[in-house]
Amino acid sequence: MIGLTHYLILAAILFACGLLTVLTRRHAIGILMGVELMLNAANINLVAFNHYSAGDRLDGQIFALFVIVIAAAEAAVALAIFLNFYNNFGSVDVDRANELKG
Amino acid sequence: MEAILFYIFATLTVAGAIGVVTSRNIVRAAVQLLLALLGVGALYFLLAAEFLAAVQLVIYVGGTLILIIFGVMLTARASSQKLQPSRTERIAAIVSAVALLAVLVVAIFEANFHMRTASTPGATYPVRALGQALLGDYLLPFELASLLLLAVMIGAAYLAKKRAADKDSQ
Repeated sequence: MIGLTHYLILAAILFACGLLTVLTRRHAIGILMGVELMLNAANINLVAFNHYSAGDRLDGQIFALFVIVIAAAEAAVALAIFLNFYNNFGSVDVDRANELKG
Repeated sequence: MEAILFYIFATLTVAGAIGVVTSRNIVRAAVQLLLALLGVGALYFLLAAEFLAAVQLVIYVGGTLILIIFGVMLTARASSQKLQPSRTERIAAIVSAVALLAVLVVAIFEANFHMRTASTPGATYPVRALGQALLGDYLLPFELASLLLLAVMIGAAYLAKKRAADKDSQ
């Protein structure tokens, strides 16, 4: 029988993979992919809690819907920033974005 | 039946996520991300969130992922550069990710959620209930989301365009 715990463990694994991607990638778009994985892990948690506890209420699904909308917005702005960065530096290595470093 | 489907989709998702972590090539990582997002969408179906599954397929797979692949292609000259983390960075990242996973797993097993183990029947017309909640209890966040999308559209177009001063100096 598949219960809430199965989904929570799956989401934890997905979140750890996303964190690992964010920490190990130096390609800016790779980091964005890791962030998307982490957001998806959070969404699985929200929908699973909604399914296993909320009864008729759909609050968890609505939160997940807003997370998807904001993730799309975040991806659009992040890619615009990366394109600008690429035009100025000719690279997408995040370690080269150090002009503001004290 | 539900268990078999869960394990198939969970395997797909985790395989995609691990592929995103391990792929050296950024385009391959994008394809693996596609697998992971498809798996998550299928899991939404299992959780009786059909509308959310459709939204996941349309917005994530059809929108965000295409955007990411466009970003990869527009920065293609840089993608061939070697962008590998150093050995110490990699070890530190793996240690912290494994530690986080361990904490989360222990917390999940320790916590007592008092949930019904069987899935709840849910609303008769889930999509209608979702629409009524969006335009009822969640009307303000709904409108704020449209404002956010407008701001993002203007901001992204402004950030991505080349500055007029840059063109003059070139």
